[in-house]
Amino acid sequence: MDFMVFQYPMITVQACLDGILLGILFALIAYGMALQWGVMNIINIAQGDLVILGGYIAYFMYLYGIHPAWGVIVAPVIMYFLGVLIYKLVINKVVDRDLFISILATFGISILFMQLMNFAFGADVVLANSDYGTTMLFNNNVVLPNSKLFSAFISILFAICLVIYMKKSKLGRAIRATAQNARAAKILGVDTEKVYAATFGINAALCGVAGALISITFTIHPYMGLPYTIRSFMIVIVAGLGNLPGVAMSGMGLGVFEEFADYILGTEFRIGSVFLLLVLILVYRRFKLSRKREYLK
Amino acid sequence: MNKNNLILYSGILIFGLAAPFLFPAFKVQLSILCVLIVLATTWNIQGGEMGYNSFGNILFYGLGMYLCASVQVGMFFPLAEWTESGGEKTFVHTPAQFFQGMAVGLVVAAIVPTIIAGLIGYSILGLRGHYFAICTLGLGVAAGEISGGIEIIGAGQGFTTPPFPDVGSLEARGEFFYFLSFFTLILTFIAVRSIYSTRFKLILNAIRDNEDKAEAMGIETMKYKIIGWMISAFFCGLAGGIMGGLVGYIDSTDVAFDGREMGVFMVLMAILGGKGTLWGPIIGATIFHIFKEGFWTFFLGWQYVALGVLIVVIVIYFPEGIMGWLREKYPERFGEVVDEKDRKAQVELK
Repeated sequence: MDFMVFQYPMITVQACLDGILLGILFALIAYGMALQWGVMNIINIAQGDLVILGGYIAYFMYLYGIHPAWGVIVAPVIMYFLGVLIYKLVINKVVDRDLFISILATFGISILFMQLMNFAFGADVVLANSDYGTTMLFNNNVVLPNSKLFSAFISILFAICLVIYMKKSKLGRAIRATAQNARAAKILGVDTEKVYAATFGINAALCGVAGALISITFTIHPYMGLPYTIRSFMIVIVAGLGNLPGVAMSGMGLGVFEEFADYILGTEFRIGSVFLLLVLILVYRRFKLSRKREYLK
Repeated sequence: MNKNNLILYSGILIFGLAAPFLFPAFKVQLSILCVLIVLATTWNIQGGEMGYNSFGNILFYGLGMYLCASVQVGMFFPLAEWTESGGEKTFVHTPAQFFQGMAVGLVVAAIVPTIIAGLIGYSILGLRGHYFAICTLGLGVAAGEISGGIEIIGAGQGFTTPPFPDVGSLEARGEFFYFLSFFTLILTFIAVRSIYSTRFKLILNAIRDNEDKAEAMGIETMKYKIIGWMISAFFCGLAGGIMGGLVGYIDSTDVAFDGREMGVFMVLMAILGGKGTLWGPIIGATIFHIFKEGFWTFFLGWQYVALGVLIVVIVIYFPEGIMGWLREKYPERFGEVVDEKDRKAQVELK
């Protein structure tokens, strides 16, 4: 235990800013999770592995001498088609089944991806160096890498674009209609199969963007996927489906929590504290719901 | 018990007792098979019968593993020094100490997870469906991450369990662990079989089929859910303790709280054999173990790829499992009375 973080206000400011910038990225991943959960009623355990895969796309561009920031454009395009492919092969068979089936099936995909990435890219922790330099604040007491600011800006940009797209475009309207009532949408002429494929593709593309940004700002590793899944799941259950400001706020909250856990408990307990927080949130939610005698089905 | 069952059980018992002498090279594999069957069978109690699909039984398995080894060391030597310096070089268990420690360790490894399951059961088992699944997944991973940061049980560098003492025979270690795990398997089987012939099983099935209705019928569902989970935890802890001694080395995320391997294996074996049947998990575990060993030997490195594909294929195309498939094909053998006319009518409808 180390409470130094509270004795020096500058460290607190640093942790909060880091946490918020990190949380915006989490919120972007969680938005994809909420989208597929709301529309297709599946929980995708492979979400985090899609993120890491997006990160490796940006890392590869960096290795071949292209600036990794272009990964933000390239990764979603590749990931969209990969997402549609995964949908056609696996997900369309679990959409209208029990939720546990989808959890287990995507768990299988997650293990598969983890190992394939381990083969393809090796088990080293890597990062794509963006050379963006740093910004100093408050008399050089707070250090903010520009890459983090860049990643937060890009995440917000993508989120806004997506919200507008969902509101205005024909496909966006079809997706929202399917989420409300798939059968009614089908009767009214929406090709739900196509909508599902597009939803999963968009989710994968969002993961791709987030992954590319993570590879620029933080590090990636083939086995680091599961924590991202758990984080996005946590954000979605705290915020609720279809509550975008809530997703953004709880994402940032989670980021700040993690930074403080990192300072206070030590880095080795960081991932553990995230998983424990998940358990605590679920248990809290269970007692809150049982008081109302309501169950979410 | 009818005559056929008697022949079957005594046949399996005789085969089990003779196996280490018939196949001396496979003793370790057979012990692991016994442990896997125990895990799959007890997962089935709350996963198959109760309908609470848990990824978190690995928590009890890992706890049992750490507890058994810690007790075995801590009873005779300082635990911190043992883990710090790879203590098996400085401290040596005499045979009496080893077996004494193992016995006490296994008791602790079974009891403590049971108590923990009872304590956390009230909060965790109130969650339904996928929330329960994800919550238990989180519990398992959190336990792995946290135990990887605790110094006294070896932290990230692992914990070497006491090596088997020199009792004069090279074969002794394998035989000891084989009979230990085989005995545990028989104990589990008898316990599970007697549970399945009581009202308790019917209550668990009622919870699986419709929990709200079961509650409305006056069943205290929470009590039975917790008891069901505690039974699982008891045998998972025991299996973990044995496995720790068998492997000889405990690592927090790769051996003990290995949600990516053992945690999924239990679920997969039970589903492959058929959830909610007595023999399903046993058949599933046997087939899975043979398949896994074959793959691990001949396609080293690709095993996780194969595992991932296997999970997807089983879950999507074979969710009823082998027993479910058999049941559909030969319903008469399972004691279901089939009306021939009704059956024909159904075939025509299709």
